[in-house]
Amino acid sequence: MTVYLLKRLTIAIATLVLASIVVFAVLEILPGDPARLMLGMNASADQVELLRNQMGLNAPLPWRYLHWAGGLLSLDFGRSYTYSVPVIDLVRERLAVSLPLALIALALSTIIAIPVGLFSASRRGRAGDTVAMGAAQLGVAVPNFWFALMLIYVFAVWLRLVPAGGFPGWGAGLWPALKSLLLPAVALALPQAAILARVTRSALIEVLNEDYIRTARAKGLPYRAVLWRHALRNAMIPVLTILGLQFAFLLAGTIIIENVFYLPGLGRLVFQAITQRDLIVVESVVMLLVAAVIAVNLLVDLSYAVVDPRLRSRQ
Amino acid sequence: MSLLEVENLSLTIGDTPILKGMELSVAPGEVMGLVGESGSGKSMTALTVMQLLPHAARASGRVLFDGIDILAATEDQMCALRGDDIGIVFQEPMTALNPVKTIGEQVAEGIRWHTRASRAEAEERARKMLDRVGLPSAKFPLSRYPHELSGGQRQRVVIAIACALKPKLLIADEPTTALDVVLQAQILDLLRDLVTESRMGLLLISHDLAVVTEMADRITILRHGEVMEAGDTARTLSEQLHPYTRQLAQASMHVPARARPHGVGSSQLLLQVEGVTRDYPGRRTSLFRRAPDIRAVDDVSLSMAPGQSVALVGRSGCGKSTLARMILALDRPSSGTIRFRGESITDKSEAELKPARRDMQVVFQDPYGSFDPRQKVEKLVAEPLHVLDKKPTRAERHEMVAHALHEVGLDQRDMDKYPHEFSGGQRQRLSIARAIITRPKLVVADEPVSALDVSIRAQILDLFAELNQKLGIAYLFITHDLSVARAVTDEVLVMHDGKIVERGKTNEVLDHPQSEAAKVLVTAAPNLQRAIARRMQEQG
Repeated sequence: MTVYLLKRLTIAIATLVLASIVVFAVLEILPGDPARLMLGMNASADQVELLRNQMGLNAPLPWRYLHWAGGLLSLDFGRSYTYSVPVIDLVRERLAVSLPLALIALALSTIIAIPVGLFSASRRGRAGDTVAMGAAQLGVAVPNFWFALMLIYVFAVWLRLVPAGGFPGWGAGLWPALKSLLLPAVALALPQAAILARVTRSALIEVLNEDYIRTARAKGLPYRAVLWRHALRNAMIPVLTILGLQFAFLLAGTIIIENVFYLPGLGRLVFQAITQRDLIVVESVVMLLVAAVIAVNLLVDLSYAVVDPRLRSRQ
Repeated sequence: MSLLEVENLSLTIGDTPILKGMELSVAPGEVMGLVGESGSGKSMTALTVMQLLPHAARASGRVLFDGIDILAATEDQMCALRGDDIGIVFQEPMTALNPVKTIGEQVAEGIRWHTRASRAEAEERARKMLDRVGLPSAKFPLSRYPHELSGGQRQRVVIAIACALKPKLLIADEPTTALDVVLQAQILDLLRDLVTESRMGLLLISHDLAVVTEMADRITILRHGEVMEAGDTARTLSEQLHPYTRQLAQASMHVPARARPHGVGSSQLLLQVEGVTRDYPGRRTSLFRRAPDIRAVDDVSLSMAPGQSVALVGRSGCGKSTLARMILALDRPSSGTIRFRGESITDKSEAELKPARRDMQVVFQDPYGSFDPRQKVEKLVAEPLHVLDKKPTRAERHEMVAHALHEVGLDQRDMDKYPHEFSGGQRQRLSIARAIITRPKLVVADEPVSALDVSIRAQILDLFAELNQKLGIAYLFITHDLSVARAVTDEVLVMHDGKIVERGKTNEVLDHPQSEAAKVLVTAAPNLQRAIARRMQEQG
């Protein structure tokens, strides 16, 4: 088990280092001089050169990489050109929206998908399965912003239960803040739940054909008990893989939903930073997301070992 | 009164009739043997009694267990019976246990479910039961996972699950088919002891007539879902009144007619294995430590003449398949040399091995797993042709495949079919056709008939013998089944713990084994004639 853990950890760190080199290199190669951008088109070459020196843009490449990477490690991401505030403050502010949003959406998606998957798998080919999987097919096909618009129409405009958009901030109290995240979370969760339900169903169906399911039934366990106690845990590996991927998407890929609901999340921050060539912000957020994805993958890998004892004892 | 009474049972799955008017009974303390070839409905009979049939199955007739009408019982009633009064042991121990639960949990689960015992109580009972089936908790703690056990040990766990609550009826569906003969004998002994201990009824399902004869008091012979013959085991098999019974008995003792050794004494040896050893690195126990290397094959030497047929026998895990892989140049020895037609194959590159590859081919055990299901027979059988120096033209290839199919008794029109259109025996013929298409000098056959029914097995053994005579192919048969060795080989090598412990003429070694390993194998091997004789003797 320790060997497994150390191996995964080493791989995770190596991936992180590699990713940071790629991110750094790509932004180096991209055309556009940040100093020139900050000073505007009318600045003289001398002024630009001066600022470049100030910003350390003229130092040798490896040194700049190390400086930048070292800064990342101490959470010093540098200053945003456009906002003129430390990037860390920007990110922190946005994460306060994006992280809870992603977590709520992920939780919702899991809570919906696993029971639907279990229901469908245990009724394979019958009417209930057809209906559930038809709904899931629809959920995969319909884009999440359409769900968002429908949700706004029903719950905000018509029933007036929740605000149609905007985020009051956590300072406004827990419930108002949560309330404004509820609809976006549901809109994000539905398509994800649809995918996850299909994965759960097919993983379960495969497991239900295994010999040990028959052994469990031959012990006298009712079908439901066999499903929950024996089948579900064995079907968890593909489900966990998809969950890991979904979390990464939910953290960064929410720009459309953030726009629909006027939420100040990470997605909008990156989008604005890219259009304004605020490269330090782009770099930082990308690295943050890379780190998050790697951390989630590590977590998923470890949870495999928790689920499956064979992985614990293998080298 | 009978414990289990099956009367006029008919079963259909979809539109396919599986059982037709099946009759069967088992009394307490009695062993009933249910024999038949694959597809005869043996397993479906077992699943009917357990009511674990596939959804599309429809049963009619009467199945009475201990006075309960099984076919009319509700699912709740069945859940109360399963695992408590009726236990079942399945064929494949490798997949019968849940890989993510410990053996203790899996044995205790049924106990807790049926008796509402506390966790500790149930674990105590599970410990006792595992101890009873030969897995003492000092050596096999309850916290073991199935993957930490061997096939034979796993089958013991499955038996412990089935017998944990002292069922009145135990159904054992091919309980030893996946095990080697020595393990088979141990498991059969265990089952017999459990029967006498608690007057349990045992329904033993098997395709192996010898196993059933050794075990069963009465026997039912099933074919295409119909009972051909039923009655006292000794009488049924000694008289062999029914033609199908006779056919089965003869097929399971079948020895192909062979002229005496072919081509032996020719000048050059075909295969020389000299001092070959194969080590595998031990398991990593921590970051910096490994268990010592595992020596799978230990200083083995052997030689084969052209056209000679040699058996390599031994228990599972003795290193025989590893040795075969090295002979086929699919794996390299840690030390020692292997010469094929005088030339070393142990230090050659893949390109240099091509001529050797052309002259050695392989036939595997599982005719289901060794073909790509999406390719047509013509392509599958022609696969080894790529080792030829000159690539054959389409027409030539077609001609060669047709010829190979003809030689193994298939029709050349079979070329356009897919593997699933063939039966198990026909598929094994296909793999033999694939092996002989390059006119090899040596064919290595790894348990080539273990997965086949007795009558098909007899045909395939005949085919091997015929091809040996006709084409002068030398065989290396890897098997744990001594009757196969006896049927088609001149010489036998007995392997144990990576070493060859005995060698000699097949009949001499099998009739008068000298080494301990060979003796164990010979004693454990089921033998129909011996079993009938013993039964007759017991009954006077």
